[in-house]
Amino acid sequence: MRRVAVTGLGVISALGTSRDQFWEALTAGRSGIGPIQAVDCSQMRFGNGAEVLGYSHGAHFDDKTADFLDRFAQFAIIAAREAVRDAGIEWTQGLREDAAIVTGSCVGGQTTEDAGFADLYKNGRTRMNPLSIPRTMSNAGASHISMEFGIRGPSYNVSTACSSSGHAIGQAFHMVRSGAAPLAIAGGSEAPFSFAFLKAWEAMRVVSPDTCRPFSRDRQGMIIGEGGAMFVLEPLDAARLRGARVYAEICGFGMSSDAHHLTQPSSAGAAKAMWAALKDAGVPPEAIGYINAHGTGTITNDISECAAIREVFGSHVERVAVSSTKSMHGHGLGAAAAFEAAATALALHHGLLPPTANFREADPACDLDVVPNDPRAARVEYALSNSFAFGGMNAVLAIRAVC
Amino acid sequence: MSEELIERVRQAVAKTQRIPVERITLDTTFEELGMDSMDGVNLLFTLEGEFDINVPDDQARQIRTVRQMVEGIDTLLKAKAS
Repeated sequence: MRRVAVTGLGVISALGTSRDQFWEALTAGRSGIGPIQAVDCSQMRFGNGAEVLGYSHGAHFDDKTADFLDRFAQFAIIAAREAVRDAGIEWTQGLREDAAIVTGSCVGGQTTEDAGFADLYKNGRTRMNPLSIPRTMSNAGASHISMEFGIRGPSYNVSTACSSSGHAIGQAFHMVRSGAAPLAIAGGSEAPFSFAFLKAWEAMRVVSPDTCRPFSRDRQGMIIGEGGAMFVLEPLDAARLRGARVYAEICGFGMSSDAHHLTQPSSAGAAKAMWAALKDAGVPPEAIGYINAHGTGTITNDISECAAIREVFGSHVERVAVSSTKSMHGHGLGAAAAFEAAATALALHHGLLPPTANFREADPACDLDVVPNDPRAARVEYALSNSFAFGGMNAVLAIRAVC
Repeated sequence: MSEELIERVRQAVAKTQRIPVERITLDTTFEELGMDSMDGVNLLFTLEGEFDINVPDDQARQIRTVRQMVEGIDTLLKAKAS
């Protein structure tokens, strides 16, 4: 089996429109959370989100092209372009024939759908826009990436709620590792800021009225985010042969199902996914030095995840740094795992762990080293990136530093 | 707390939990009915619609019994009327 290198990363998020801006904000502990601009939240119980502020398609797409692209698909393409450029891929006909694309998106073209339905049900229109379906389908991001680069290998979208892009990167990793694909573009994107969708989240009573404070005793819930993050994965030996810069190696992927509850997390399911990732990577828990947590900032997730980490790591937990970058880029839903895996790969590459921002007060129920507020210089060889979705679908990536 | 208010809350609990209304008294706890967090937010959704009120998150988290729910709604209805 091949070792799998991360040679390209692209990120558009509330922290900026590039990977460098993303990393700079993460390591400054600077949050991208603020008052939601896309939707009038004056009648809602929350008003803050992590939006890509000031975004306009004009800098990336001509108007005609943008007509066919929901915001979530635009984010997917923008992130993929940056990742491909970053990797310096030397395209050949054979590579285009066999390369793979795996994206993650939870809700697809939510804003397109919301506007169309409002026209039909509320505004007295009698027709839907014929572009509604191709804009809304959650595989649209993957489709447009394949067309943009002429990639004709396996291409699909995974939709497993908040684990979507973790499953996507994991599936792509397995394809490159086995030799089924010579290269993969994988990650996720999401653009969930529509009025109806935010109202639905309001009804769940899990969104914070102020900000996202993972593991902090005074945390009040999650903050919804948007954007896209994409990886270029290729065999490590091929990457070295062509002299590519390697950020890190994806070295393991574990999945599990809670078989428990639609929305309540199970620490047993989370622990099982971490064990599976460690087994796939062929390393013991003692090898892990950093975990980028799922860390949503809800009361229940953070307690359950900390219990799972304690169960897996035992006494070694004292030597594992655990942070939640959702405190800065928000909960990107289908894009969340890709943001966090990118943060993890960059952390190993730069020897700098991003903090848990907005942290105020230790919670005895989350008694781990959560890297509060300030980044930490640390050379870590192995890390995990955790994603635990509604529906009890868990995806954990194991990532290794490459010297 | 009027009898009518109590009855409407009992009916809403019975309807959302799909259980006989006879099982629900003022002193019934939601835990006794086997309700979890999703059942809880679903009940709040039903009651907010039934009475045209908004139950704040921090208040909602304190409610453990049918009596507390009725009292909370009573307070919100009086605030709305004044």
